[in-house]
Amino acid sequence: MGRTMIEKIIERNTKQAVKPGDIVDVSVDRVMIHDIFIPFVAEKFEEMGFTRLWDPEKVVLIYDHLVPASQVDDTRHFREGNAFVEKYGLTHVHRSDGICHQLMPEAGYVKPGNVVFGTDSHTTTYGCVGAFSSGIGYTEMASILGTGTMWIKVPETIRVTIEGELPANVTSKDIILRLIGDLGADGATYQALEFAGDTVERMTIASRMTMANMAIEAGAKCALFVPDEKTAEYCKIELTEKETSLAADEDASYIRQVVYKAEELLPVLACPSQVDNIKPVKELAGTAIDQVFIGSCTNGRLEDLMAAAQILKGKKVAPFVKLIVTPASRKVYQEAAANGTLSVLAEAGAIITHPGCGLCCGRTGGILTDGERVVATNNRNFLGRMGTSKVEIFLASPKTAAASAVAGRIAQA
Amino acid sequence: MEKFTGTVWVLGDDIDTDIIIPTEYLALKTVEDMKPYAFSPLRPELAGKIQVGDILVAGKNFGCGSSREQAPEVIKALGIRAVVAKSFARIFFRNAINNGLLLIEQDQLQKAVSEGDTVTVTVNEAISHKGKDYPIVSLPKNLVDIIAAGGLVKAMRRRNGLDKED
Amino acid sequence: MGMTIAEKIIAAAAGVERVRPGDIYTVEVDQLMSNDGTTHLTIDMFHQKLKNPQIADVKKLVWIVDHNVPADSPKTAATHKKMRDFAKEHGITFYEGQGVCHQIMMENHVRPGELIFGADSHTCAYGALGAFGTGVGCTDYLYAMVTGKSWVLVPETLKFNLTGKLQPGVYARDLILTIIGQIGANGANYKAMEFGGEGLKTLTMSDRISICNLCVEAGAKTALMEVDDTALRYLEERGRSPKHVFASDGDAVYEKEYTIDLGSIRPIVAKPHFVDNVVEAKECAGVKIDEAFLGSCNNGRLEDLRVGAALIKGRKVHPLVRFLVVPASKEVYRQALEEGLLQTFMEAGAIVMNANCSVCWGSCQGVIGEGEVLISTGTRNFKGRAGHADSFVYLASAATVTASAIKGEIATADML
Repeated sequence: MGRTMIEKIIERNTKQAVKPGDIVDVSVDRVMIHDIFIPFVAEKFEEMGFTRLWDPEKVVLIYDHLVPASQVDDTRHFREGNAFVEKYGLTHVHRSDGICHQLMPEAGYVKPGNVVFGTDSHTTTYGCVGAFSSGIGYTEMASILGTGTMWIKVPETIRVTIEGELPANVTSKDIILRLIGDLGADGATYQALEFAGDTVERMTIASRMTMANMAIEAGAKCALFVPDEKTAEYCKIELTEKETSLAADEDASYIRQVVYKAEELLPVLACPSQVDNIKPVKELAGTAIDQVFIGSCTNGRLEDLMAAAQILKGKKVAPFVKLIVTPASRKVYQEAAANGTLSVLAEAGAIITHPGCGLCCGRTGGILTDGERVVATNNRNFLGRMGTSKVEIFLASPKTAAASAVAGRIAQA
Repeated sequence: MEKFTGTVWVLGDDIDTDIIIPTEYLALKTVEDMKPYAFSPLRPELAGKIQVGDILVAGKNFGCGSSREQAPEVIKALGIRAVVAKSFARIFFRNAINNGLLLIEQDQLQKAVSEGDTVTVTVNEAISHKGKDYPIVSLPKNLVDIIAAGGLVKAMRRRNGLDKED
Repeated sequence: MGMTIAEKIIAAAAGVERVRPGDIYTVEVDQLMSNDGTTHLTIDMFHQKLKNPQIADVKKLVWIVDHNVPADSPKTAATHKKMRDFAKEHGITFYEGQGVCHQIMMENHVRPGELIFGADSHTCAYGALGAFGTGVGCTDYLYAMVTGKSWVLVPETLKFNLTGKLQPGVYARDLILTIIGQIGANGANYKAMEFGGEGLKTLTMSDRISICNLCVEAGAKTALMEVDDTALRYLEERGRSPKHVFASDGDAVYEKEYTIDLGSIRPIVAKPHFVDNVVEAKECAGVKIDEAFLGSCNNGRLEDLRVGAALIKGRKVHPLVRFLVVPASKEVYRQALEEGLLQTFMEAGAIVMNANCSVCWGSCQGVIGEGEVLISTGTRNFKGRAGHADSFVYLASAATVTASAIKGEIATADML
């Protein structure tokens, strides 16, 4: 019987035949730890009795949630991280270069077919280049750092096929929101998502990242896109049979199949306070807002900023409304500065911050208070995520966000 | 089989990790420091009321969201003996097991109980409430092994020769 | 007997011919600036302490959210919302996230000859345009807001005659730190500091703002500079004209006069925990730093960013140093973007933030932890100002701060 993409990746990694439900030990190709958890990982690692990393080359440490520090104890995480780097000989360290999930693929740490774990739920992002990547806690991370292995249950796969041409105001963000709405916030728990169809094939890696990033919001263990020429170019590798053969077999077996016609998709919003509470933008158009946030590992990339700039060019953010733009990485910031995107955004009145998690992780970067409403391009709208529990968070695409910033109300691009 | 009784607190569906412990408090030094803020976006009073040995009962997808291990840790630190939910999110489930927090999947109990009721849990068998038994399934063996070792840290300490098998 | 600039502005605001130091006058205030540090308290008093409160002249009010932008907690967000809602309701000129209040005031509002109250101590910066700017508390602010008037005690004036020219590699920041070191942190308490002389003409507007801004660190009530072509051109470029250009009379009486040869100034560092704890920068060389900050109403202007960018171009920020670069206003941000300065800082590994008070205020961006050392172009180095109570702040020029960020320890530009 044919195999799905995740089954192929796990088989290649473990060199054994697997089927969904099997519990196997995988060899880990790369791990990512971020600033919030490094003190805890370090503590558990030593408590477990390890004295050296299984492979320092495979470990990436990224400071992003706490950059710039907003509370007096935040820099302790940097100091403890730096001490860990010094003690165990880490070489891949990023101290202010942007969000971990942007940097991992962008800086070339993740390649097709890799097995990657990170101390963050949005680690599913790296499926954008055909890697099996998933979020774990710090205790498991500590054990990987010592052993280089990790047990997993081989997941069932949901195949999502999108065919056709997307309307101009619909982005990959709208697709993934729609999917989460259809599956429900736990609709893919313990399962892999596999994306296919010509719409997906035409998508940039950046757009695929948006979708893989949010797979966790349906509970998925991972999300996978078949590596193609675009992937190869992005990852700076040659596309060979090794990558293309990761594609699922024709006769692979899926637990569920979902098919969308691109032409029928609409700009949508995830409404307070669940990511699966999806409504068409049109239904809520006109709702007054206080703030717009464009950024995060979901939608803080160059194409996202450019899409927003296209809408904001020559216009101004509505009076008394704040537009906060937080590019996903230093590279994105530099490219957006070079091609004039940042100028357009600044001219329109945007507050442009240094790359990092910013408002998405709710520690700084535009926290809100009771009765305020924000349209945001990130991945979560949980209660209290961006301030008090009386803040309403609407998740949307950068296009919807930009159009709403100009209108001062929820608006369709 | 291990058996215990406790007072229940009842929560709804999709109790996410940001509700369990908001990001604002994640960089506090210890889980003890975080305790007062557990569940604060949803029920700010709850952390102060939970007693050691209490049981949390919730709906589907408990622990959805981030990979923060402080979520199960803070629940454990509050003294919660077990979380009974219709279903658990995946990362939370792993983190809980690794920290020795008992999670029980049971899809009928939540609508049957009211806050303040007592229930009796017989591990791997059933939960009794007002004379009725709600069956529960047992965990896969590899997880039982981790729990039996006392969590992943202890399992690794044994592997590294720091602790001896009991 | 003649009058100083401060005396002339007060006389005009009081509608009298002449005033003398020590006298108290009721004055008409021209502008009232307030920021998110305290405006929420003013609003509370407005609602709670007054019967039928009204704003005397809403056109005089300028409200600026700059201290915690973007907001870092529900608490600060609530203070911003209170301020925003009130501004919206009353039609108050309102800025949010557009830059540090004093820079915004200089760019858009301050006119020579005006008497301006700001609910912020560094309001004395406005003297760079020959305006009497002074910091006030919420109660004074509220009184002026509802009556349009206030009372002032006419200050004695200290006169600083500047001669010569700053040497290359020495900046206005070094000059004012030298002066504060010389007269002490309370050396100008209740007094006006007036700057003039040929040396002043060699200084840019940016230099002048930096000097006046820091005078409060010597305790000054206000700082004032002679308005010359440089100042008038700055105004004209921004479409404004003076209310009145005052110059001190030849026979004005000063409490004390100082003559300072700009050519004698050396790069200076103010060591923890007082602004007057100054030494030659070289004496601090080698002190390990954790963070460097280039920004604030004192040194976050285009000229400062140019100094920093020129030094760091082709170099990298030390890997263990967090180098925050924060333009003082949106205007500065956009110009720095256009000139490629921000790109240079990003290339070097700096953290480039939106225009705001940042770590100078020590609240929401780049706060430092226990035992950490910051070298900063900010205004103050008081204990705990930038974060943890047990941390250390050194103040220095943009050049010294940037050089230190590169070296990972305090260094002057010529040590690179």
